[in-house]
Amino acid sequence: MTEHTRRQFLSASAGLVVAVTLPLPGRAQSGAAAILGQDAPTQGDFAPNAFIRVAPDDTVTVLIKHIEFGQGPYTGLSTLVAEEMDADWSQMRAEAAPANAELYANLFFGMQGTGGSTAIANSYMQMRKAGAAARAMLVAAAADEWGVPAGEIEVAQGVVRHGASDRSARFGELAERAAGMRVPEDPPLKDPAQFKLIGTEVQKLDTKPKSTGQATFTLDVYREGMETVVVRHPPFFGGRVANFDPAPAMAVPGVVAVHEIPSGIAVYATSTAAALKGRDALDVEWDDTEAETRSSEEMLQAFSEAAAAETLVAEEAGDVDAALEGAEQVIETEFRFPYLAHAPLETLDAVIEMRDGVAELWMGSQFPSLDKPTLAQTLGVDPSYVIINVMFAGGSFGRRAQPDAHLAAEIAAIAKAAGRDGSWKLLWTREDDLHGGYFRPMTVHRMRGGIDAEGNIVGWTDVLANQSIMAGGPMEAMMDKGLDPTAYEGATKMPYDLVNFRTSWARMESPVPVLWWRSVGHTHTGYATEVFLDMLLEAAGKDPVQGRLDLLRADAGRDRAVLERVAAMAGWDGQRVKGDRGYGIALHESFNTYVAQIAEVSNDNGMPRVHRVWCAVDCGVAVNPGVIRAQMEGGIGYGLTALLYSQITLLPGGRIAENNFDDYRMLRINEMPAVEVEILDTDHDPSGVGEPGTPPIGPAVGNAWRALTGQTVTRLPFTVGVQS
Amino acid sequence: MYNLTVNNREVSVDVPGDTPLLWVLRDELRLTGTKFGCGVAQCGACTVMMDGMTRRSCVTPIEMADGAFVETIEGLDTPESQAVQAAWVANDVPQCGWCQSGQVVSATALLTEIPQPTDDDIDQAMAGNICRCATYQRIRKAIHDAARTLEG
Repeated sequence: MTEHTRRQFLSASAGLVVAVTLPLPGRAQSGAAAILGQDAPTQGDFAPNAFIRVAPDDTVTVLIKHIEFGQGPYTGLSTLVAEEMDADWSQMRAEAAPANAELYANLFFGMQGTGGSTAIANSYMQMRKAGAAARAMLVAAAADEWGVPAGEIEVAQGVVRHGASDRSARFGELAERAAGMRVPEDPPLKDPAQFKLIGTEVQKLDTKPKSTGQATFTLDVYREGMETVVVRHPPFFGGRVANFDPAPAMAVPGVVAVHEIPSGIAVYATSTAAALKGRDALDVEWDDTEAETRSSEEMLQAFSEAAAAETLVAEEAGDVDAALEGAEQVIETEFRFPYLAHAPLETLDAVIEMRDGVAELWMGSQFPSLDKPTLAQTLGVDPSYVIINVMFAGGSFGRRAQPDAHLAAEIAAIAKAAGRDGSWKLLWTREDDLHGGYFRPMTVHRMRGGIDAEGNIVGWTDVLANQSIMAGGPMEAMMDKGLDPTAYEGATKMPYDLVNFRTSWARMESPVPVLWWRSVGHTHTGYATEVFLDMLLEAAGKDPVQGRLDLLRADAGRDRAVLERVAAMAGWDGQRVKGDRGYGIALHESFNTYVAQIAEVSNDNGMPRVHRVWCAVDCGVAVNPGVIRAQMEGGIGYGLTALLYSQITLLPGGRIAENNFDDYRMLRINEMPAVEVEILDTDHDPSGVGEPGTPPIGPAVGNAWRALTGQTVTRLPFTVGVQS
Repeated sequence: MYNLTVNNREVSVDVPGDTPLLWVLRDELRLTGTKFGCGVAQCGACTVMMDGMTRRSCVTPIEMADGAFVETIEGLDTPESQAVQAAWVANDVPQCGWCQSGQVVSATALLTEIPQPTDDDIDQAMAGNICRCATYQRIRKAIHDAARTLEG
C-alpha cells in the first residue's frame, strides 16, 4: 500500500484511529468481509501494513501469504519480520493471509499462490521491509511519547528502550500510539552481520499444535447443519456419466441428496459414514467414448516411439550429430518413468458455506488467486462475496496447486447443485486420490552419449516424451514456441560442459491430467541425466566425483562447492563398493538451490536398502537451518518412496490398478536412511528448499546400485526395474 | 445406541453399528485430532488407544467399541505422553502434521510398554504409521529423547 492511499484511507475513516490498514482493497470492495469480520484487526491493534499486527497483549501476528503444509513458511516469514522488528521470538504468531492478490501476491508469480519453492525467496525482502517499517513506527511512537530523539532509541527482543532516560516499553504498550505514526516508505534494513534470528533454528510456530492434535485442518472444520459430500468420479480419465440411479444411495439412512455435477455424482449425507455408504450403493453407467483407454504399457510404447521421431529442440550447442558420428564409443539408453500420485496424507477436501449471497470456503488453497474466481464464476457471485480461509494442509507436494482450480470448482458445484444456503464438506477418499489423476507425467528419456578415445564425453542427446503440464491452462501463456519447460527442466541448463549436446521434447497427449509433483520436471530429469552421466564416466574409466568435477563449467561454482562438500562428508575415496555396501553420487540444481547427495546402499533380496545419505545444500542465506535440514530429510524420503515403490498403472481399458497404500506403497520408518545434511554458508539470495532435496536421491541410489550390482535400472520404480 | 468412555468421559452415540469409530470421534464427538488417511488400516493417522492397546479407528466399527475405554490424542496425559510430546516439540518433528497425532499415540504406547526401546523396537512399533513428509529420522530421535527423559 502506498503512503498516499493509506493517508487517503485514514482520512476517509474517521473514528478508526488504529487498525485500519489491513486489506484495504478487500475492505473497500467487500461488504461481505466486513459482515463476517474477516481480517478485521481487533480494536487497539497496531497494523503497520498488510502483514503485521501488534496487539496490546504484546503478541506480533504475521499474516502469511503462503500456505503452510509442512515446508515452513509460517516460521520462515515470521522470522524475517521478527528479525527486522527486533522482536522476541516468543511473541511471534502466524496466521494465514486472506485471499487478496493485491496485497498477498507471490512476487515471482504476480498472483497469490505457493509453489516452485519460492516462499522464502520471493518474501525475503518484502517481509524484512514490513518488519523494518513496523519497527520504525514503534520507535517513532516511543520517541513521541517520551519526548526523546528517535535516533537514541534502541530495540531488542521486543523491548523499545531509551538508555539516557532509562525508559522502556514493550511493543504491545506502544501499539496504539504506533498506529498513528507515519508509515516509512523505505525503512533501512539490517546488515546481515547484525542478524539475530535469521540463521538460527527458532522453534517452528506450528510444531506444538501439530504435536497435540490441536492444529485445525480443512477436514476439522464443522459448520452448523453441515452435510458431508463424496463424489463418484468416472473410473477412467475423460469418462462421463451415461446413466445413474440415485435410488439405492438415497435408501441409505443419512443420505439426503444425490446430484449429478460436472465431475461426477455427488452424494450428500448427514455424516461421513453415511455419505461413503451411499456412494458405495450408487449405480452408475459410464460413457468412455472420449476416455483414455490405453494401458500404461501401451502409452509407454507410444511415448518411446515418439521420442524416436522428430521433436522440438529445447536446448542445443555444438554439432552433436557429427560428434556422435565421430565418437569412439556411443552409449544409448532409454529411461521410463511412471505416472505418480502425490498422495498427501490429508486427501483433498474442502468446506463451503453459503449464507445470504456470501460464499465462504475453507480449503488448503495453494492458488487462492485461481480458486477465488472459479468459486465466484461457478456460483454466480461477485468475487468480493467469496471468502477463502487458507487452512493448514496435510501435505501437498504439488497436488493442491491446481491451475484449473478443479477442487474449488467441485465444491462450488456441490453448493450450487444443492441450490440453497447451507454448508457442505467435500471429502476425497484415498481411492479417490489415487484414481483422481493430476499425476507426475509418465515420461520417456531416450539418451545417447559419445566418448572419444581419451575418455572425454564428446556428445550428449536427450529426447523426452511426456505430456505438458502448462498447456491447456492459465500457464499456457508462459509457453514459448510450443515448449513447456516443466516437461524437461533439469535436462537443460546443466552445469556440465558437454560441448555438443541437444535436449529435445515430444509433447504427448492424453486425457489423463498431469500436474507438478515435488520438483516437477526434475523428478525424472535428475535421475535420467545423473545416472546416464555415471554410465558414461564409468565407460570412460573415470571416478564419479572427479569425473563430474572435471566436467563442471567454469561458472558452476555452486555446483562444484556442494559436490566437493558432500564428497568430504562421506569420506569419498574413489571406492564405489566397500564390503556389502555400494556408494553412488548425484548432483542436481533445482529452483536455484544446489544439492549433492551420496547414498550408501546394500542389496536386500534384490532391492536396494538405503542405509545412509549425505546431503550438501546451497540455498543461499539459510533463514532457518532446522527447516532446511528437515526439508532435505523429507525430500529424500519422498524421492526414495517414488524411486523404490511408486507407480500409477493404467490397466487395459484405462482403469487404475492401485487403490490405496497397500498397493501404492509408502516408505516407512524402518526403511528411512540416516540422513546427514550440511548447509553451505553463502550470502546468495535465499532460494527454496521444499523441492530441491528430492531430485538427487533417485540417481544417488541408482548409481550406488549400479556400483554394487552392475545393474542400471532404467525403468522406475525399482520394484519393476530390477526385474527388467 | 452405543456407550463408551472417551478421554475419561462417558458418551452415548446413536449411529449404525458399522460406523467406524474414526467418524464417531470426528463427526459425533468433534474430536478432530484423530485423522483420516486411508480408511483401510494402512497409514496409522487414525490411531487411538482402545482398552490400553493401539487401534486403527478407521476400521473399528462402533459396535466393537461398545463399552470400551478409548483415548485420543486430546486425552493423552501420562508421563509417557508428556515426554513424547515434549520431545516432538524439542525436535520440531512435524512438517505437515497430518500423521502426527497417530505417531504420538503410537510412540506413547511404545514407551508405556518398553521404556527404553531399541531402534528395532521403534521400527516394530512405528512401521504402521506412515509419514508422507518422511519425518522418520526425527520421530526416531524424539522417541529416544523421550525415553531418556522418562529414565530421569
